[in-house]
Amino acid sequence: MRYHFNFGDVFAYTPWLIKGALLTLELIGIGGVLGIALGIFGAWARSNGPRYLRVLFGAYVELIRNTPFLIQLFFIFFGLPSIGIQLSELEAASLAMVINLGAYSTEIIRAGVEAIPRGQIEAGQSLAMTRLQIFRHIVLRPALQKIWPALSSQVVIVMLGSAACSQIAVEDLSFAANFIQSRNFRAFESYFIATGIYLVLAILLRQVMRGIGLILFPPKVPR
Amino acid sequence: MKLQHLLFSLSTSLLAAAALTIAPLAHADALDDIVAAKTLRVAVPQDFPPFGSAGPDMRPVGYDIDTAKYLANKLGVVLELVPVTSANRIPYLTTRKVDLVISSLGKSPEREQVIDFSEPYAPFYNGVFGPASEKVSSVGDLAGKTVGVTRGAIEDIELSKIAPASAIIKRYEDNNGTISAFLSGQVELIASGNVVAAAILAKNPPKKPEPKFLIKNSPCSIGLNKDEPRLLAKINLLIEQGKKDGSFDRISQQWLGAKLPAGI
Repeated sequence: MRYHFNFGDVFAYTPWLIKGALLTLELIGIGGVLGIALGIFGAWARSNGPRYLRVLFGAYVELIRNTPFLIQLFFIFFGLPSIGIQLSELEAASLAMVINLGAYSTEIIRAGVEAIPRGQIEAGQSLAMTRLQIFRHIVLRPALQKIWPALSSQVVIVMLGSAACSQIAVEDLSFAANFIQSRNFRAFESYFIATGIYLVLAILLRQVMRGIGLILFPPKVPR
Repeated sequence: MKLQHLLFSLSTSLLAAAALTIAPLAHADALDDIVAAKTLRVAVPQDFPPFGSAGPDMRPVGYDIDTAKYLANKLGVVLELVPVTSANRIPYLTTRKVDLVISSLGKSPEREQVIDFSEPYAPFYNGVFGPASEKVSSVGDLAGKTVGVTRGAIEDIELSKIAPASAIIKRYEDNNGTISAFLSGQVELIASGNVVAAAILAKNPPKKPEPKFLIKNSPCSIGLNKDEPRLLAKINLLIEQGKKDGSFDRISQQWLGAKLPAGI
């Protein structure tokens, strides 16, 4: 077996890789922010919301967590136009990521919410705080702090899962690797470089999530 | 060693030359063999719809099979179908296991060194397809249009070179992705083979992919062994007659959903 590695063939397509990596970041930016927002609402709905919302979000979580991401994506992109909902591939990819992360983060955040001791909520009630105030200051904040590492991992998983979006012609990093490989047949080099870029993006994203965590939940300084 | 090598190559080339000069004398034309045997043996595809694939009763059906039936009928002989793959279709012919190869075979300089080709009998091309409402007749008209294509396919490579900069090319993983994108309206046009367009037409969708312009044309020809001038002439005559009397239009209509295009 003699294979002459030629990474130059792949670097000739560097603009595709850069564009792809930026689009992957853009997708996880939109998907991450909106997905976590949806997850917070879902966690509230499942733990404190009215009965119909509990049932609704329960069904949503089960549906999304028990079906493949790729199928959800195809359904949105290829399926919905049949009933008149035409989304571009970027809209479809963002929506699919928001819905997917929304379901997982609903469950992750709910775990944090339910771990809040009953007495803490009662303390809020005794201070005559409204239900929203209690949820926001006494429940959500410490809950998010507890589950922040788990949530960060899930965001990274969804970012890596966004590779599937290349299947609907979203020109993300995976698409760039596939595209380059289909032009110069340098499969090893193309995917090797794409793997490296994904690794860097994932580490970067984890650090960003850690940074956000430090800002949202500053470490308690002893007084 | 050197002398031995020289002698060996000399003797083999002499043998080859002798075989070449003797062969046409020793054999009558393949046309006489076919008539004498009252059988036409034809290599047909088994895994390439709509040209040839297994039908409901496991017998081969398709454009190429109907072409073979037409020829056998006109020659007044029994047809023997030999299912082949695209890799072994030419060896079947050169080892004389079959008389003809009707297996969506396109002419190429490499193949023409080994076998002869008839006039084309079936259209095979890559082009841009779209619904009647899209007014596109040349590559320049693609400006501002969204075209779906299967990534890495020959039409992707070719179209990427010639399409205007403002044309948006959406590349999908496989033909099914490209077809779905077209049918769901995610792209206005697709660049693909006429066979793929025929597969879409066969499902009778609301959006019909009509040919707009050709990217690469490589029509199918019948392959036969070299140095069979009478068989070649006869086959060409029958193809020409079939094009005139509408036989090939009927075959094309059935398997490709459209009449034989002009210029085939």
